[in-house]
Amino acid sequence: MLVSSDSSTIREGAPWRLPASLFTGLRARFGAQSSEGLKAAHFARPGIAIVLLAPQLLILLFFFYIPAYKALSLAFVQTDPFGLTTMFVGLDNFMRLFASPEYRFSASLSLVFTFVQSVITLSCAALLAFATDRVVRGKAIFKGIILLPYAIAPVASGTIFAFVFNANVGPFANFLHELGLPWNPALRPLDAQILVVVAAVWNHLCYDYIFLVAAMLAVPRSLMEAAALDGARPVRRFFTVTLPLIMPTFFFLMIMNLIYGLFDTFALIDTMTQGGPAASTSTLVYKVYQDGFVQLDLGSSAAQSVVLMAIAVVFTILQFRAVERRVNYGV
Amino acid sequence: MVERSPWLTAFCYLVLIIGAAIVCVPLYMSFVAGSLDYVRLQQMPFPLLPGGHFWENMVTAWNRVDFSRLYINSIIVTVGIVTGKIAVSLIAAFVISYFRFPFRMTMFWLIFISLMLPIEARIIPTYEAIADVGGPLRELFRITGISWLVETMTGYRIEMALNWNFINTYPGLILPLIASASATFLFRQFFLTIPDELCEAAKLDNAGPIKFFKDIVLPLSTSNIAALAVILFIGNWNQYLWPLLFTTDPEMRTVVLGLSHLVPGPDEPPAWNLSMAAAFFVMLPPALVVIFLQRWLTSGMVDSGK
Repeated sequence: MLVSSDSSTIREGAPWRLPASLFTGLRARFGAQSSEGLKAAHFARPGIAIVLLAPQLLILLFFFYIPAYKALSLAFVQTDPFGLTTMFVGLDNFMRLFASPEYRFSASLSLVFTFVQSVITLSCAALLAFATDRVVRGKAIFKGIILLPYAIAPVASGTIFAFVFNANVGPFANFLHELGLPWNPALRPLDAQILVVVAAVWNHLCYDYIFLVAAMLAVPRSLMEAAALDGARPVRRFFTVTLPLIMPTFFFLMIMNLIYGLFDTFALIDTMTQGGPAASTSTLVYKVYQDGFVQLDLGSSAAQSVVLMAIAVVFTILQFRAVERRVNYGV
Repeated sequence: MVERSPWLTAFCYLVLIIGAAIVCVPLYMSFVAGSLDYVRLQQMPFPLLPGGHFWENMVTAWNRVDFSRLYINSIIVTVGIVTGKIAVSLIAAFVISYFRFPFRMTMFWLIFISLMLPIEARIIPTYEAIADVGGPLRELFRITGISWLVETMTGYRIEMALNWNFINTYPGLILPLIASASATFLFRQFFLTIPDELCEAAKLDNAGPIKFFKDIVLPLSTSNIAALAVILFIGNWNQYLWPLLFTTDPEMRTVVLGLSHLVPGPDEPPAWNLSMAAAFFVMLPPALVVIFLQRWLTSGMVDSGK
């Protein structure tokens, strides 16, 4: 698991530690920008290169570039329901979208949901990873069990949670009823929202967990021992040595959790609540699907797609930066 | 560890046991529910021990949605995506890092920009692209006048020939999911760590790029390929949104869709025992992968997260 970031480390030059800025400077001066990321020993056979590259480029063209372009162009036009006429309306679709209270609700819901889900997932994962790092016996078994939800399809975990928290037959719901709580996610919006958060945390915990375990394993033992000799107890060592060293991983996971919360919870929501009751769990991705495929409001749906794309681009840039910072401490 | 602190160790075990319980209890409950008959399921003190109807429920659920067909679909689609994505991106990464050719950086960026948009952010336009794959080509031919030319010369209408609808087909379920650069990015990162001497030696021995790829790069990449295959297998077996949009024909659905079909709606009889039994065999293949290929899984996850 130490391989976590070896590739980038080696690339960034272990043997002769020249600052990267020097290379960029040289490159800019001599205009040799095309050799970035090119192996020093390489082939100069443009014909073969293009042929080999063609499959990926064609697939991207048909299933990425053309769709993305279409979404962009659709977002600025209004099409009548029969698809006969289109009219350029500029930013109208966006104005209508941002003015609509449902969309605003959906946006703030997604934000709150994503944030709550990320914080809970990360802190639980950190606690579990800390415990895993300390114990000796049974480590592999615990790791195996906690990792298990990674295999489970969001639809399957959605089904399981929909059942155990089902107000009529679910055992957990029954338990809550016995405590005197009027739990019913089919009718009470807040219950439905809690249900989605719980299921999302359950489904995504393993991802954060495995990254944190890997990161903690990479913390140099010598540093821990030095801190211990200085009299720092385990919990203190966690906060003063481990945590700063794994901070880049934390940052990376925070971004990944936000991406997960915003984009990957469609299946959970669709199996558990269908966005209801009263649209209380209709997040942005769910709403795009609802408006585009169920309500067939194409203009609005295209505008929503563009907003989502913008969010995705921002997060991807953040993710790249997080990856850059996920440095290896030479272990 | 460094020193003994029994209380903290005990606390750690407690945390792990609670964590494992949080993972296992819902799974166990669903197993118990899957083993009950319909009448027992409705009675309230939920039993702690499984009943004897698990096999029966599985058979009923299996037949109700025709899971035999869905399993074949899922296997074809998942294997198609995994092999397609690995093959395409392995080759692309090889070209990007080992060839000098004009517009290399342009190609590089054309591929890597696609990392930016997850498929969830562009479902509707991609759907349209799949429903009419030939559309852009028709448009191109129309604009350039080729279709007019062909029609007047041969009387053959190009528009008709280019009417490809990929809805309810395997290519429609597979191709759009191959179109992501994450695997290319991963392989490129790996190729950058391969020592240059290997390529120089190969060139001295008069090996061409294809031979170098086949005899040196490919064997070196096997562990990366295995790790990535595990991740992709799990992710794509569990894929839901895409097949949901993409299949109107029940014959073309995947197992995950079949499962969601068995979830009782508000006005249906709450046959949760069937959906829980079905959940079991839908989860089985990826669960086996996680249990038996855990080493590949963890290294693959940590690597492909980059």
